Amino acid sequence: MTAADIHRTILAVWRIEQPRLLTGLSRMLRDVTLAEDLTQEALVAALEHWPVSGVPEKPGAWLMATAKRRALDDLRRRSMLARKHEILIRDLEQEQQAMPDPDAGLDDDIGDELLRLIFTACHPRLLREARAALALRMICGLTTDEIARAFLQPEATIAQRIVRAKRTLSESGLAYETPRGEELSERLASVLEVVYLIFNEGYTAARGDEWLRPQLCNDALRMGRVLTLVAPLEAEAHGLLALMELNASRTAARTDAAGDPILLMDQNRMLWDRLQIRRGMLALARSDELGGRGFYALQAAIVACHARAGTPGDTDWPRIAKLYAELAMLVRSPIIELNRAVAVGMAEGPAAALAIVDGLASEPALKNYHLLPSVRGDLLHKLGRAAEARTAFELASTLATNKRERELLKRRAAEAGAASA
Amino acid sequence: MRFMSIVTSPQPDKAPTPALMEAMGKLAEREIKAGRMLDMGGLMPIAMGGAQVRITNGKLSVTDGPFVESKELIGGYAIFEFRDMNEAVAAAREFMQLHLEHMPGWEGTCEVRVMATPGVDGACEAGIRAHA
Repeated sequence: MTAADIHRTILAVWRIEQPRLLTGLSRMLRDVTLAEDLTQEALVAALEHWPVSGVPEKPGAWLMATAKRRALDDLRRRSMLARKHEILIRDLEQEQQAMPDPDAGLDDDIGDELLRLIFTACHPRLLREARAALALRMICGLTTDEIARAFLQPEATIAQRIVRAKRTLSESGLAYETPRGEELSERLASVLEVVYLIFNEGYTAARGDEWLRPQLCNDALRMGRVLTLVAPLEAEAHGLLALMELNASRTAARTDAAGDPILLMDQNRMLWDRLQIRRGMLALARSDELGGRGFYALQAAIVACHARAGTPGDTDWPRIAKLYAELAMLVRSPIIELNRAVAVGMAEGPAAALAIVDGLASEPALKNYHLLPSVRGDLLHKLGRAAEARTAFELASTLATNKRERELLKRRAAEAGAASA
Repeated sequence: MRFMSIVTSPQPDKAPTPALMEAMGKLAEREIKAGRMLDMGGLMPIAMGGAQVRITNGKLSVTDGPFVESKELIGGYAIFEFRDMNEAVAAAREFMQLHLEHMPGWEGTCEVRVMATPGVDGACEAGIRAHA
């Protein structure tokens, strides 16, 4: 193995072990920042030793033993400063005497610790972007540089964000706690929001050349899977996982060879990922069992209707329309209402949908939103009101910011114009 | 990236020891909890049944098992989501280390393959389209 090969191997091993190292050390030290420093130090130690001595048989145990030894050294040095540390040292020493096998520490169930770590990284007191960066770093082991590239931000910005977030955590004593009961559900919302933010950051950018952006989807999916295992009774955690798995299952079909988007109804369903659909459906079923009717669960249920349809014609539009109605009751959003109109149009016909769309005409949020006149034009066209359809498509084309979309809308306006003449 | 690990062994009759089963179970649980393992499964011994559908010289033939000619038989597979080949190899190494410890004398191979992502790397898109 060349030195470069060994470095790559070490980084790979470290990434796999990193969440366990971090949770184990955080539990011992009750200090996430210190635990993270020690996890990094263990990596540095591996980079120093393994190229000489070879990769140990149990690299994870080696890393943990090294980090623990450093923790002990560090605490010994600082033990004069605080009584708290003396207690910690006694705990640690006793633990080492009681179980000298460094492997033993690795067999513990880390689920709860990991949950705590996730809650810490996604603390609502931190800014949303800082939460996302911290979560990617602590849970997924991404480097600052990788996070910066993924979010298309300068590395210095991300580094500063992480440093500031960590400082906020330790200064305000917020670090390291798992809320219980009612509070858990409330705080979980912040965690789910961060995971969904990370997913969408990767999903909407799936066209980029940078592999790290689609990689964000995979990292969010991983975090989502972890969440459903450590918080198995939370319906929305399963709902979010279902939503992400089902959306991600369409990745390969979402763009054409040139990288341009392909609309859902035009996608080649043979390219949808069956394994991922199966996983999404399982998560959705679990969410259902737990009574999931929340923001993520309802969206997942809508996406599932598409996943179930072998051909676009098989789509269960009445069910989608019903789910959108429920979602609209939960979150008052004109965009959701517009989506509902499209589903109602497919389920009940264009007249019923047009009534909903016309009700949205005065929504300030949709004032410059090209899809409102675009949907309206489509419904008018289906009703045979060609002249009005033309006006709507023309308005839509002036509002569209995407060149391809603008051209499509102009074409439709011209077609409607020809039909009305 | 998605990876498939396939375990083959020239000793198909040797069932895993209970200690190995336990160790593998723990590892699998950890990987599932980490969100990396997507699917896994063992394959029953060939005596339980099997078939080979083969094309040679432009002719299709079906052979029922057992297959005296196949020296190495697949014992199980797992599908993972890793960032790169290095992570996949590190995980396979850990998996095989368990065999070394808990099933002395066993020989076998863990093959790690990158799974094609249709549309993303273009590898099998053409193939799928041809059948669609």
